[in-house]
Amino acid sequence: MMDFGFKISPSSAINLDNADLSLYDELCKAEPDICKCMACGSCSAACPANRFSGMSVRKLIIDLQRGKKKEAVKMLSDCMLCGKCTMVCPRGINTRHLILSICKLYKED
Amino acid sequence: MKENILIIGGGIAGLEAAAQLLKLGYNPIIVEKSDHLGGHVAEWNRLFPDMTPAEDVVSRLIAGAGEANIFLNTGISFVNRLKDSYNIMLSNGISVITRILLFATGFTLFDAAKKEEYGYGVYNQVMTNMDLERWFNTGNDERIPEEGPKTMGFVHCVGSRDEKARNPQCSKVCCITAVKQAIEMKQKFPDAMIYCFYMDLRMFGKKYEDFYISAQRDYGIRFIRGRVSEVSENIEGRLVVKAEDTLSGKPVKVTMDLLVLMAGIVCNPDTCRTAGLVSLPVDSDGFLKSRDNIADITESPKEGIFYAGTCTGPKTVPETLAEARSAALAIHNYIQGLK
Repeated sequence: MMDFGFKISPSSAINLDNADLSLYDELCKAEPDICKCMACGSCSAACPANRFSGMSVRKLIIDLQRGKKKEAVKMLSDCMLCGKCTMVCPRGINTRHLILSICKLYKED
Repeated sequence: MKENILIIGGGIAGLEAAAQLLKLGYNPIIVEKSDHLGGHVAEWNRLFPDMTPAEDVVSRLIAGAGEANIFLNTGISFVNRLKDSYNIMLSNGISVITRILLFATGFTLFDAAKKEEYGYGVYNQVMTNMDLERWFNTGNDERIPEEGPKTMGFVHCVGSRDEKARNPQCSKVCCITAVKQAIEMKQKFPDAMIYCFYMDLRMFGKKYEDFYISAQRDYGIRFIRGRVSEVSENIEGRLVVKAEDTLSGKPVKVTMDLLVLMAGIVCNPDTCRTAGLVSLPVDSDGFLKSRDNIADITESPKEGIFYAGTCTGPKTVPETLAEARSAALAIHNYIQGLK
Protein backbone atom coordinates (compact mmCIF):
# COMPACT_ATOMS: atom_id res chain seq x y z
CA MET A 1 0.00 0.00 0.00
CA MET A 2 1.18 3.49 -0.77
CA ASP A 3 2.46 5.44 2.21
CA PHE A 4 0.69 8.78 2.37
CA GLY A 5 2.30 9.67 5.69
CA PHE A 6 -1.03 9.23 7.46
CA LYS A 7 -3.58 6.48 7.74
CA ILE A 8 -7.27 6.18 8.42
CA SER A 9 -7.94 4.88 11.90
CA PRO A 10 -10.17 1.84 11.99
CA SER A 11 -13.86 2.51 12.52
CA SER A 12 -15.07 2.20 16.07
CA ALA A 13 -18.58 1.36 14.90
CA ILE A 14 -19.89 -2.09 15.76
CA ASN A 15 -20.82 -3.88 12.57
CA LEU A 16 -23.32 -6.53 13.56
CA ASP A 17 -23.25 -7.99 10.03
CA ASN A 18 -19.69 -9.19 10.60
CA ALA A 19 -19.99 -10.05 14.29
CA ASP A 20 -19.21 -13.71 14.92
CA LEU A 21 -21.70 -14.77 17.58
CA SER A 22 -21.25 -18.55 17.31
CA LEU A 23 -19.42 -18.72 20.64
CA TYR A 24 -22.02 -16.45 22.22
CA ASP A 25 -24.81 -18.75 21.04
CA GLU A 26 -22.97 -21.65 22.62
CA LEU A 27 -22.63 -19.65 25.84
CA CYS A 28 -26.38 -18.94 25.80
CA LYS A 29 -27.03 -22.66 25.73
CA ALA A 30 -24.72 -23.26 28.69
CA GLU A 31 -25.91 -20.14 30.58
CA PRO A 32 -29.45 -19.28 29.47
CA ASP A 33 -29.67 -16.68 32.26
CA ILE A 34 -27.32 -14.39 30.36
CA CYS A 35 -30.30 -13.28 28.23
CA LYS A 36 -32.03 -11.97 31.36
CA CYS A 37 -29.51 -9.15 31.90
CA MET A 38 -31.18 -5.73 31.74
CA ALA A 39 -27.93 -3.76 32.10
CA CYS A 40 -28.90 -2.13 35.40
CA GLY A 41 -25.26 -1.93 36.51
CA SER A 42 -25.70 -3.39 40.00
CA CYS A 43 -22.87 -5.85 39.35
CA SER A 44 -20.44 -3.14 38.30
CA ALA A 45 -21.36 -0.90 41.22
CA ALA A 46 -20.79 -3.72 43.69
CA CYS A 47 -17.56 -4.93 42.03
CA PRO A 48 -14.46 -4.23 44.13
CA ALA A 49 -12.24 -4.47 41.03
CA ASN A 50 -14.34 -2.08 38.96
CA ARG A 51 -12.81 1.20 40.11
CA PHE A 52 -9.25 -0.07 39.64
CA SER A 53 -9.45 -2.10 36.46
CA GLY A 54 -12.83 -1.27 34.94
CA MET A 55 -14.07 -4.82 35.39
CA SER A 56 -17.80 -4.90 34.74
CA VAL A 57 -20.08 -7.88 34.14
CA ARG A 58 -22.59 -5.58 32.47
CA LYS A 59 -19.96 -4.46 29.92
CA LEU A 60 -18.68 -8.01 29.58
CA ILE A 61 -22.11 -9.26 28.56
CA ILE A 62 -22.66 -6.36 26.14
CA ASP A 63 -19.22 -6.97 24.56
CA LEU A 64 -20.04 -10.64 24.02
CA GLN A 65 -23.43 -9.78 22.54
CA ARG A 66 -21.77 -7.37 20.13
CA GLY A 67 -19.11 -9.89 19.12
CA LYS A 68 -16.25 -7.94 20.77
CA LYS A 69 -14.47 -11.05 21.97
CA LYS A 70 -11.02 -9.52 22.43
CA GLU A 71 -12.26 -6.81 24.80
CA ALA A 72 -14.31 -9.33 26.74
CA VAL A 73 -11.50 -11.82 27.24
CA LYS A 74 -9.16 -9.02 28.33
CA MET A 75 -11.64 -7.98 30.99
CA LEU A 76 -11.94 -11.51 32.38
CA SER A 77 -8.42 -11.39 33.78
CA ASP A 78 -9.47 -8.52 36.06
CA CYS A 79 -12.13 -10.55 37.87
CA MET A 80 -11.27 -11.87 41.33
CA LEU A 81 -14.30 -14.20 41.44
CA CYS A 82 -15.44 -12.74 44.75
CA GLY A 83 -19.11 -13.20 43.79
CA LYS A 84 -20.43 -9.84 45.04
CA CYS A 85 -22.10 -9.30 41.66
CA THR A 86 -24.09 -12.49 42.10
CA MET A 87 -25.40 -11.26 45.43
CA VAL A 88 -26.77 -7.97 44.07
CA CYS A 89 -28.17 -9.08 40.69
CA PRO A 90 -31.93 -8.32 40.74
CA ARG A 91 -32.59 -10.86 38.01
CA GLY A 92 -30.92 -13.61 40.00
CA ILE A 93 -28.23 -14.36 37.43
CA ASN A 94 -25.38 -16.44 38.84
CA THR A 95 -22.79 -14.05 37.44
CA ARG A 96 -19.86 -15.80 39.10
CA HIS A 97 -20.78 -19.06 37.43
CA LEU A 98 -21.34 -17.16 34.20
CA ILE A 99 -17.82 -15.73 34.31
CA LEU A 100 -16.38 -19.22 34.81
CA SER A 101 -18.37 -20.51 31.82
CA ILE A 102 -17.15 -17.60 29.70
CA CYS A 103 -13.57 -18.42 30.72
CA LYS A 104 -14.05 -22.03 29.66
CA LEU A 105 -15.56 -21.16 26.28
CA TYR A 106 -13.57 -18.12 25.25
CA LYS A 107 -10.15 -18.62 26.79
CA GLU A 108 -9.35 -21.68 24.67
CA ASP A 109 -8.63 -19.57 21.62
CA MET B 1 -85.80 -6.73 47.87
CA LYS B 2 -82.53 -5.42 46.54
CA GLU B 3 -79.84 -7.94 45.65
CA ASN B 4 -76.89 -8.13 48.09
CA ILE B 5 -73.42 -7.75 46.62
CA LEU B 6 -70.45 -8.30 48.90
CA ILE B 7 -67.45 -6.09 48.17
CA ILE B 8 -64.23 -7.14 49.87
CA GLY B 9 -62.09 -4.06 50.44
CA GLY B 10 -63.07 -0.45 51.07
CA GLY B 11 -60.31 1.14 49.04
CA ILE B 12 -60.96 3.30 46.02
CA ALA B 13 -61.96 0.31 43.85
CA GLY B 14 -64.49 -0.97 46.40
CA LEU B 15 -65.95 2.50 46.98
CA GLU B 16 -66.33 3.32 43.30
CA ALA B 17 -67.85 -0.08 42.51
CA ALA B 18 -70.29 0.35 45.43
CA ALA B 19 -71.34 3.79 44.15
CA GLN B 20 -72.03 2.40 40.69
CA LEU B 21 -73.91 -0.63 42.04
CA LEU B 22 -76.08 1.65 44.19
CA LYS B 23 -77.00 3.60 41.06
CA LEU B 24 -77.87 0.33 39.30
CA GLY B 25 -80.28 -0.54 42.13
CA TYR B 26 -78.34 -3.10 44.16
CA ASN B 27 -77.41 -3.34 47.82
CA PRO B 28 -73.59 -3.32 48.06
CA ILE B 29 -72.00 -4.36 51.34
CA ILE B 30 -68.39 -3.26 51.86
CA VAL B 31 -66.16 -5.26 54.19
CA GLU B 32 -62.96 -3.42 55.13
CA LYS B 33 -60.27 -4.91 57.36
CA SER B 34 -58.74 -1.59 58.48
CA ASP B 35 -60.38 1.26 60.40
CA HIS B 36 -60.67 3.65 57.47
CA LEU B 37 -62.00 3.79 53.93
CA GLY B 38 -59.95 4.77 50.91
CA GLY B 39 -57.12 2.26 51.35
CA HIS B 40 -53.65 3.38 50.35
CA VAL B 41 -54.91 6.48 48.55
CA ALA B 42 -56.29 7.80 51.86
CA GLU B 43 -52.73 7.83 53.19
CA TRP B 44 -51.33 9.60 50.14
CA ASN B 45 -50.93 13.36 49.90
CA ARG B 46 -51.24 14.45 46.29
CA LEU B 47 -51.81 12.48 43.11
CA PHE B 48 -50.15 12.78 39.70
CA PRO B 49 -50.54 14.15 37.09
CA ASP B 50 -52.45 17.24 38.31
CA MET B 51 -51.36 17.21 41.97
CA THR B 52 -54.96 16.58 43.02
CA PRO B 53 -55.20 16.22 46.82
CA ALA B 54 -55.79 12.52 47.55
CA GLU B 55 -58.15 13.58 50.35
CA ASP B 56 -60.54 15.16 47.83
CA VAL B 57 -60.63 12.03 45.68
CA VAL B 58 -61.27 9.78 48.66
CA SER B 59 -63.95 11.98 50.24
CA ARG B 60 -65.78 12.21 46.93
CA LEU B 61 -65.71 8.41 46.63
CA ILE B 62 -66.88 7.93 50.22
CA ALA B 63 -69.77 10.33 49.59
CA GLY B 64 -70.73 8.36 46.47
CA ALA B 65 -70.84 5.09 48.39
CA GLY B 66 -72.59 6.63 51.42
CA GLU B 67 -75.74 4.52 51.10
CA ALA B 68 -73.87 1.23 51.07
CA ASN B 69 -73.58 -0.99 54.13
CA ILE B 70 -70.03 -0.59 55.37
CA PHE B 71 -68.28 -2.74 57.97
CA LEU B 72 -64.90 -1.44 59.14
CA ASN B 73 -62.34 -3.52 61.08
CA THR B 74 -63.96 -6.61 59.65
CA GLY B 75 -62.55 -9.61 57.87
CA ILE B 76 -64.01 -12.72 56.32
CA SER B 77 -63.97 -15.76 58.59
CA PHE B 78 -65.24 -18.38 56.20
CA VAL B 79 -67.32 -18.93 53.10
CA ASN B 80 -69.90 -21.65 52.49
CA ARG B 81 -70.79 -22.44 48.93
CA LEU B 82 -74.57 -22.89 48.64
CA LYS B 83 -76.35 -24.14 45.53
CA ASP B 84 -76.33 -20.87 43.61
CA SER B 85 -74.97 -18.44 46.16
CA TYR B 86 -72.39 -17.93 48.90
CA ASN B 87 -72.97 -17.75 52.64
CA ILE B 88 -70.24 -15.51 54.00
CA MET B 89 -69.44 -15.31 57.68
CA LEU B 90 -67.82 -12.02 58.70
CA SER B 91 -65.46 -11.69 61.66
CA ASN B 92 -68.04 -9.50 63.47
CA GLY B 93 -70.49 -12.39 63.57
CA ILE B 94 -72.76 -11.20 60.75
CA SER B 95 -73.46 -13.60 57.94
CA VAL B 96 -74.31 -12.47 54.42
CA ILE B 97 -75.95 -14.48 51.68
CA THR B 98 -75.03 -13.23 48.23
CA ARG B 99 -74.75 -14.46 44.67
CA ILE B 100 -72.01 -11.95 43.89
CA LEU B 101 -68.59 -11.42 45.44
CA LEU B 102 -66.40 -8.53 44.32
CA PHE B 103 -62.72 -8.70 45.21
CA ALA B 104 -61.38 -5.17 45.61
CA THR B 105 -58.66 -6.25 47.99
CA GLY B 106 -55.83 -4.17 46.57
CA PHE B 107 -52.13 -4.56 47.22
CA THR B 108 -49.55 -4.22 49.93
CA LEU B 109 -46.41 -2.16 49.62
CA PHE B 110 -43.21 -4.19 49.35
CA ASP B 111 -41.42 -4.42 52.70
CA ALA B 112 -38.31 -2.35 51.96
CA ALA B 113 -36.45 -3.83 54.95
CA LYS B 114 -36.16 -7.07 52.94
CA LYS B 115 -33.63 -5.33 50.68
CA GLU B 116 -31.06 -5.18 53.44
CA GLU B 117 -28.41 -3.58 51.24
CA TYR B 118 -30.51 -0.37 51.10
CA GLY B 119 -30.49 -0.04 54.87
CA TYR B 120 -34.19 0.60 55.56
CA GLY B 121 -34.61 0.21 59.29
CA VAL B 122 -30.82 0.20 59.68
CA TYR B 123 -29.86 3.80 58.92
CA ASN B 124 -31.80 6.80 60.21
CA GLN B 125 -32.00 8.62 56.90
CA VAL B 126 -33.57 5.90 54.78
CA MET B 127 -37.34 6.00 54.24
CA THR B 128 -39.93 4.70 51.77
CA ASN B 129 -42.25 6.48 49.34
CA MET B 130 -45.09 5.81 51.82
CA ASP B 131 -43.15 7.41 54.71
CA LEU B 132 -42.52 10.47 52.56
CA GLU B 133 -46.21 10.84 51.64
CA ARG B 134 -47.07 10.54 55.31
CA TRP B 135 -44.58 13.32 56.03
CA PHE B 136 -46.22 15.47 53.32
CA ASN B 137 -49.50 14.92 55.20
CA THR B 138 -48.34 15.29 58.78
CA GLY B 139 -45.03 17.16 58.58
CA ASN B 140 -43.87 14.79 61.24
CA ASP B 141 -40.82 12.61 60.62
CA GLU B 142 -37.51 12.85 62.41
CA ARG B 143 -35.67 11.39 59.42
CA ILE B 144 -36.14 14.66 57.52
CA PRO B 145 -34.02 17.50 58.90
CA GLU B 146 -35.88 20.76 59.50
CA GLU B 147 -33.62 22.79 57.22
CA GLY B 148 -34.09 20.13 54.56
CA PRO B 149 -31.63 17.66 53.10
CA LYS B 150 -28.61 19.09 51.27
CA THR B 151 -28.51 16.10 48.99
CA MET B 152 -31.12 13.40 48.65
CA GLY B 153 -31.93 10.51 46.36
CA PHE B 154 -34.74 8.31 45.14
CA VAL B 155 -34.12 4.63 44.43
CA HIS B 156 -36.52 3.26 41.83
CA CYS B 157 -37.62 -0.39 41.60
CA VAL B 158 -37.21 -1.43 45.24
CA GLY B 159 -38.80 -4.85 45.31
CA SER B 160 -40.07 -4.47 41.75
CA ARG B 161 -38.46 -6.14 38.76
CA ASP B 162 -36.55 -8.10 41.33
CA GLU B 163 -36.53 -11.86 41.04
CA LYS B 164 -34.58 -12.20 44.27
CA ALA B 165 -37.50 -10.55 46.07
CA ARG B 166 -39.78 -12.93 44.14
CA ASN B 167 -41.45 -9.95 42.56
CA PRO B 168 -40.45 -9.82 38.91
CA GLN B 169 -43.19 -7.49 37.66
CA CYS B 170 -42.99 -3.74 37.20
CA SER B 171 -45.06 -1.85 39.77
CA LYS B 172 -46.00 0.70 37.14
CA VAL B 173 -46.60 3.72 39.38
CA CYS B 174 -43.25 4.17 41.17
CA CYS B 175 -41.43 5.87 38.26
CA ILE B 176 -43.93 8.68 38.11
CA THR B 177 -44.35 8.74 41.90
CA ALA B 178 -40.60 9.23 42.33
CA VAL B 179 -40.60 12.09 39.82
CA LYS B 180 -43.63 13.62 41.56
CA GLN B 181 -42.06 13.34 45.00
CA ALA B 182 -38.73 14.67 43.73
CA ILE B 183 -40.50 17.74 42.36
CA GLU B 184 -42.42 18.19 45.62
CA MET B 185 -39.19 17.98 47.64
CA LYS B 186 -37.50 20.47 45.34
CA GLN B 187 -40.46 22.84 45.79
CA LYS B 188 -40.08 22.59 49.55
CA PHE B 189 -36.27 22.70 49.56
CA PRO B 190 -35.09 24.57 46.42
CA ASP B 191 -31.43 24.28 47.43
CA ALA B 192 -31.47 20.51 47.74
CA MET B 193 -29.63 18.42 45.18
CA ILE B 194 -31.91 15.56 44.16
CA TYR B 195 -30.90 12.37 42.37
CA CYS B 196 -33.07 9.60 40.93
CA PHE B 197 -31.46 6.19 40.42
CA TYR B 198 -33.39 4.29 37.78
CA MET B 199 -33.08 1.25 35.53
CA ASP B 200 -35.72 2.34 33.02
CA LEU B 201 -38.15 5.21 33.32
CA ARG B 202 -41.60 4.07 32.30
CA MET B 203 -43.56 7.23 31.62
CA PHE B 204 -46.55 5.64 29.93
CA GLY B 205 -49.51 7.63 31.21
CA LYS B 206 -51.23 10.89 30.45
CA LYS B 207 -48.86 13.82 31.06
CA TYR B 208 -46.18 11.62 32.70
CA GLU B 209 -43.61 12.59 30.10
CA ASP B 210 -44.36 16.29 30.76
CA PHE B 211 -43.70 15.64 34.43
CA TYR B 212 -40.37 14.02 33.62
CA ILE B 213 -39.27 16.85 31.34
CA SER B 214 -40.32 19.39 33.94
CA ALA B 215 -38.31 17.56 36.61
CA GLN B 216 -35.21 17.77 34.42
CA ARG B 217 -35.68 21.24 32.97
CA ASP B 218 -37.49 23.25 35.65
CA TYR B 219 -36.30 21.52 38.81
CA GLY B 220 -32.82 20.31 37.85
CA ILE B 221 -33.38 16.83 39.22
CA ARG B 222 -30.53 14.56 38.18
CA PHE B 223 -31.30 11.17 36.73
CA ILE B 224 -28.66 8.45 36.95
CA ARG B 225 -29.18 5.25 35.02
CA GLY B 226 -28.02 2.59 37.41
CA ARG B 227 -29.40 0.46 40.16
CA VAL B 228 -28.12 1.29 43.65
CA SER B 229 -26.00 -1.61 44.80
CA GLU B 230 -25.42 -0.67 48.41
CA VAL B 231 -25.94 2.02 50.99
CA SER B 232 -23.64 2.61 53.95
CA GLU B 233 -23.01 5.26 56.56
CA ASN B 234 -19.89 7.40 56.79
CA ILE B 235 -18.15 8.67 59.91
CA GLU B 236 -20.35 11.79 60.04
CA GLY B 237 -23.49 9.68 59.95
CA ARG B 238 -24.38 10.62 56.37
CA LEU B 239 -25.37 8.03 53.80
CA VAL B 240 -22.98 6.84 51.12
CA VAL B 241 -24.89 5.56 48.11
CA LYS B 242 -23.10 3.48 45.48
CA ALA B 243 -24.26 2.63 41.99
CA GLU B 244 -22.90 2.36 38.50
CA ASP B 245 -23.62 5.19 36.12
CA THR B 246 -24.23 2.76 33.27
CA LEU B 247 -24.32 5.54 30.69
CA SER B 248 -20.76 6.58 31.38
CA GLY B 249 -19.75 3.10 32.49
CA LYS B 250 -18.19 4.40 35.72
CA PRO B 251 -19.03 3.68 39.33
CA VAL B 252 -20.65 6.60 41.14
CA LYS B 253 -20.68 7.42 44.82
CA VAL B 254 -22.84 10.14 46.38
CA THR B 255 -23.09 11.25 49.99
CA MET B 256 -26.63 12.05 51.04
CA ASP B 257 -28.77 13.20 53.94
CA LEU B 258 -31.90 11.38 52.86
CA LEU B 259 -32.71 8.38 50.69
CA VAL B 260 -36.23 7.45 49.60
CA LEU B 261 -36.86 3.87 48.50
CA MET B 262 -39.66 3.45 45.96
CA ALA B 263 -41.22 0.32 47.41
CA GLY B 264 -43.22 -1.55 44.80
CA ILE B 265 -46.69 -3.05 44.64
CA VAL B 266 -46.98 -6.67 45.73
CA CYS B 267 -50.00 -8.89 46.07
CA ASN B 268 -51.76 -8.54 49.39
CA PRO B 269 -51.21 -11.75 51.43
CA ASP B 270 -54.71 -11.32 52.95
CA THR B 271 -56.09 -11.36 49.41
CA CYS B 272 -54.51 -14.74 48.80
CA ARG B 273 -55.96 -16.06 52.03
CA THR B 274 -59.48 -14.85 51.20
CA ALA B 275 -59.11 -16.06 47.61
CA GLY B 276 -58.15 -19.45 49.03
CA LEU B 277 -61.52 -19.63 50.85
CA VAL B 278 -63.32 -19.71 47.49
CA SER B 279 -60.46 -21.54 45.66
CA LEU B 280 -59.61 -18.71 43.29
CA PRO B 281 -56.53 -19.30 41.15
CA VAL B 282 -53.45 -17.10 41.35
CA ASP B 283 -51.74 -15.95 38.14
CA SER B 284 -48.03 -16.51 37.44
CA ASP B 285 -47.23 -13.00 38.70
CA GLY B 286 -48.69 -13.73 42.14
CA PHE B 287 -51.84 -11.64 41.67
CA LEU B 288 -55.37 -13.02 41.26
CA LYS B 289 -56.04 -14.67 37.94
CA SER B 290 -58.69 -13.18 35.65
CA ARG B 291 -60.76 -15.26 33.26
CA ASP B 292 -58.91 -13.52 30.45
CA ASN B 293 -56.16 -10.94 30.80
CA ILE B 294 -57.37 -8.97 27.79
CA ALA B 295 -61.13 -9.35 27.45
CA ASP B 296 -62.32 -10.28 30.96
CA ILE B 297 -59.99 -8.68 33.50
CA THR B 298 -62.79 -8.02 35.99
CA GLU B 299 -64.15 -11.57 35.89
CA SER B 300 -62.71 -14.52 37.80
CA PRO B 301 -62.87 -18.05 36.42
CA LYS B 302 -65.51 -18.76 39.12
CA GLU B 303 -69.22 -18.03 38.70
CA GLY B 304 -70.35 -14.87 40.48
CA ILE B 305 -66.89 -13.72 41.57
CA PHE B 306 -65.53 -10.48 40.16
CA TYR B 307 -62.38 -8.35 40.54
CA ALA B 308 -61.69 -4.63 40.62
CA GLY B 309 -58.42 -2.78 41.05
CA THR B 310 -54.97 -3.88 42.09
CA CYS B 311 -55.86 -7.38 43.28
CA THR B 312 -55.13 -8.43 39.68
CA GLY B 313 -51.91 -6.41 39.27
CA PRO B 314 -50.38 -2.95 39.73
CA LYS B 315 -52.60 -0.10 38.53
CA THR B 316 -52.83 3.67 38.70
CA VAL B 317 -55.73 5.45 40.44
CA PRO B 318 -57.66 6.29 37.23
CA GLU B 319 -57.16 2.75 35.94
CA THR B 320 -58.49 1.34 39.21
CA LEU B 321 -61.55 3.58 39.12
CA ALA B 322 -62.27 2.69 35.50
CA GLU B 323 -61.97 -0.97 36.37
CA ALA B 324 -64.33 -0.60 39.33
CA ARG B 325 -66.96 0.90 37.04
CA SER B 326 -66.40 -1.84 34.51
CA ALA B 327 -66.72 -4.50 37.24
CA ALA B 328 -70.03 -2.96 38.37
CA LEU B 329 -71.35 -3.18 34.83
CA ALA B 330 -70.08 -6.76 34.46
CA ILE B 331 -71.93 -7.66 37.69
CA HIS B 332 -75.10 -5.97 36.43
CA ASN B 333 -74.95 -7.87 33.14
CA TYR B 334 -74.28 -11.12 35.00
CA ILE B 335 -77.32 -10.65 37.27
CA GLN B 336 -79.53 -9.72 34.30
CA GLY B 337 -78.42 -12.95 32.63
CA LEU B 338 -79.46 -15.01 35.66
CA LYS B 339 -83.08 -13.87 35.47
